Amino acid sequence: MRHLLSIADLSSTQAIQILDTAEELSRVSDGPMKKLPTLRGRTIVNLFAEDSTRTRISFEAAAKRLSADVINFSAKGSSVSKGESLKDTAQTLQAMGADAVIIRHSASGAAQRLADSQWMTGSVINAGDGTHEHPSQALLDAFTIRKNLVHGANDLTGIHVAIVGDIIHSRVARSNVLLLTKLGAHVTLVAPPTLLPTGVESWPVAISYDFDSVIENVDVVMMLRIQLERMSELFFPNAREYSHYFGLNRDRLKMMKPTAIVMHPGPMNRGLEITADSADSARSVILQQVTNGVTVRMAILYLLLAGSLELGVHL
Amino acid sequence: MDRAITRISHEILERNSGSDSITLLGIPTRGAHLATRLAMKIEAIEGNPVQYGTLDITLHRDDLRMRPPRALMPTTIPTLGVENRNVILVDDVLFSGRTIRAALDALGEIGRPASVQLAVLIDRGHRQLPIRADYVGKNLPTSLAQIIKVQFTELDGLDAVTLEEGAL
Repeated sequence: MRHLLSIADLSSTQAIQILDTAEELSRVSDGPMKKLPTLRGRTIVNLFAEDSTRTRISFEAAAKRLSADVINFSAKGSSVSKGESLKDTAQTLQAMGADAVIIRHSASGAAQRLADSQWMTGSVINAGDGTHEHPSQALLDAFTIRKNLVHGANDLTGIHVAIVGDIIHSRVARSNVLLLTKLGAHVTLVAPPTLLPTGVESWPVAISYDFDSVIENVDVVMMLRIQLERMSELFFPNAREYSHYFGLNRDRLKMMKPTAIVMHPGPMNRGLEITADSADSARSVILQQVTNGVTVRMAILYLLLAGSLELGVHL
Repeated sequence: MDRAITRISHEILERNSGSDSITLLGIPTRGAHLATRLAMKIEAIEGNPVQYGTLDITLHRDDLRMRPPRALMPTTIPTLGVENRNVILVDDVLFSGRTIRAALDALGEIGRPASVQLAVLIDRGHRQLPIRADYVGKNLPTSLAQIIKVQFTELDGLDAVTLEEGAL
């Protein structure tokens, strides 16, 4: 594996290898010395053509803990805002000797385009492309679920996950559906019909319009952010009605199984899809997701970049 | 092999005046099994539990770039840690010395031991770094073309050290 573009490209063995590697690396992150020499001399470019806090900082922290050099590059304040194309940007990065480019872009398929082109020779890591995929987020979610709920096994067989909310705009949901089902989990999507994409019937998931009937049976409640910036038309009558039917609040929290956990990929709209007390409750593993994000991304960078790039790496 | 492990155990105890100050750290995969064997033997001799664990050195190797990525192995540090302990690194075969250099780096990341010693089952020569073992099961002069295979019952179903003729 040279690039990480989509969960669809990963076998379950490869996904489990990433999770296992992260497991070992998390012990390093817990130790007194957080820096490892493993990627010394490698240059990694964070190419973010769309806003991000968590993912960019997380990849940056992961790269730095492995001693790679990180160059941050955001569309605002660069020549991209003067109209420079992806091709010219990529060729510039290649000329500067980038070993890997972590790309976030508002266009679905941007990472694939970069990887398929001859513009640059380094690895491409998809950090979110449009409404397509966000593979590193799904991997850190799977890692968090495994750490909290799975004891003894290395996949997610028998775990039931509800993904709730704005499925249609969510690359996190797409990557998670692919990865969680690949690892043996059972996934139920919960959303109003307007927030489900066309063709969702063919996905390997169950679908429900009734949050209350699902919540008491699941091990994981994964809330998604309502992506107001991608909504050019009306998808639900008003925010209060949405919160009432599909938001996670104190009453719904009480209906959950005693062991069940609450997840959210962030950033949260507190008060819309999740109330503040649910987000901060003891069941919430939202901050754990952030911590795990760094170790999972270290594992991705290690597996893509630590070995020989010339030999054509096989994961 | 058992006799060599018994002798090394006694040498470790003699040199460190007992087992109270020592921590055995095996380098996965086979060094970890050897460390467990040594710990069991020392416990049998002394009658006290011994601190032992494993130390994965993959992230500190200097040959990472020459091969496809390697899977990481577990690192388990015993309860007393390594700080001010007499740490004994354990590996099956001592060859170039590069693994031990990486192990010293990995160990430095965990803490500052009082001393670091090295126990190996086989020393086959051909050092590329100024590193020597404190405890050696057997010195086995080899040519670079030969391959040494160490097998443990736990992993391979038998205890054996075999020398194979390989092609250079």
